[in-house]
Amino acid sequence: MNPLAAILVRDMRLAVRVGGGALMGALFFLIVVTMTPFAIGPELTLLARIGPAILWLGALLASLLALDRLFVTDHDDGSLDLLMMAEVPLELTVAAKALAHWLTTGLPLVVIAPLLGLMLNVDMHVLGWLALTLAAGTPALTFVGLVGAALSVALRRGGLLLAVLVLPLTVPVLIFGVASANAAIAEPTPFGPAFTILCALSLASLVLGPIAATAALRHGLE
Amino acid sequence: MAVIDLANPTRFLRIVDRVLPWLVAATVILFAVGLYRALNAPDDYQQGATVKIMFLHVPAAWLGMFGWALMSVAALGTLVWRHPLADVSGKAAAPIGAAFTFICLVTGSLWGRPTWGTYWVWDARLTSMLVLLLLYLSVLALYWTAEEPGRGSRAAAILSLVGAVNLPIIKFSVDWWNTLHQPASVFRVGGSTIDPSLLLPLLIMALAFTLLFVTLHLAVMRNEILRRRVRSMRLMQAQEVHA
Repeated sequence: MNPLAAILVRDMRLAVRVGGGALMGALFFLIVVTMTPFAIGPELTLLARIGPAILWLGALLASLLALDRLFVTDHDDGSLDLLMMAEVPLELTVAAKALAHWLTTGLPLVVIAPLLGLMLNVDMHVLGWLALTLAAGTPALTFVGLVGAALSVALRRGGLLLAVLVLPLTVPVLIFGVASANAAIAEPTPFGPAFTILCALSLASLVLGPIAATAALRHGLE
Repeated sequence: MAVIDLANPTRFLRIVDRVLPWLVAATVILFAVGLYRALNAPDDYQQGATVKIMFLHVPAAWLGMFGWALMSVAALGTLVWRHPLADVSGKAAAPIGAAFTFICLVTGSLWGRPTWGTYWVWDARLTSMLVLLLLYLSVLALYWTAEEPGRGSRAAAILSLVGAVNLPIIKFSVDWWNTLHQPASVFRVGGSTIDPSLLLPLLIMALAFTLLFVTLHLAVMRNEILRRRVRSMRLMQAQEVHA
């Protein structure tokens, strides 16, 4: 098997088996969205107005929660050293790991987002568009978070440091994610510009994230 | 003199010791002149005396952004050229840049109260400066958590470069976000529309702030080098005790 495909399959298997955190993010997402009406009140018009923002914020926090696991377990059992010494360029290995991570933690968020949108009284017709914005934007969250995960494993510090490093960098993704979701709801604003910028952010982080993460691993663990 | 001549920390320390008193004197003189000119500058016909906040606010904002640029260059020096003083320079620039950004936000907030009637607006400019402060704080958090100086510097260098790529995007996205949500902006600063009677003191103050930045930066770099020497001496001592 192609080594990158092998890494992808291995990481996805680890994520869905016992001890993996694949569906934990989705569960966290559900809980965050459920908590919001308790905090701001069950007024449906208000919920419909801020629904996309809540969904995006919840998805951001949920994908952040799972980032911790990207490198830590591999670092602890030594397999990260083997991956670093392998012939496959580390950039590609890291990208494959991030892709597996997105498929197991980002994609479930996209899948349950329409259901949660329904709970927040978001208009039925735009639920699909909302999920589309999340599908386009969550890869950027994962690949930006990849840099933070690599930095924190290189410093052997996880948890809050990771959140502090990653969150300020995700500001553009959040802005354009919510902007495109709102554009889908309010008809006169065109959906295209914000959505294409969101896609551009994802594609750029797809390239830059693995490079920066690899540099962090190489310099930190040498 | 080439940058590589500064690679020797001892020589760097000697040069800093020689240059620093002059820099301090120049900074003090420029601040005296700048503040005098600023206090005597005419009041704005609309804002009255509050326009004087500008003389602190605008230079602080410039230097806050300059700090990140310096950190990015230092990061290249650390990762690409492996210049031994680059990581010291980057580490020294982070708290100073954060402080200038903080001064910019505080003075801006104090300026906003009389002119806009509120301490804080979620305007594009304010928000992007706030995110810059958060990025500075995250770099500082990285330095705080690193056990060993070298490892922390390389991690912070990577974060500075990632931030340097991201900062224009943040600035741009925040501008876009603001125009989408807010109607015609409450305020607008047109650089060239400032009257010369205000512009000249502003430029003097900007120069004074720049000199202050450079002076502080060199002093902090010197302290950091000495701190690292103390650390390695302590480690050597500890080894001798155990041996």
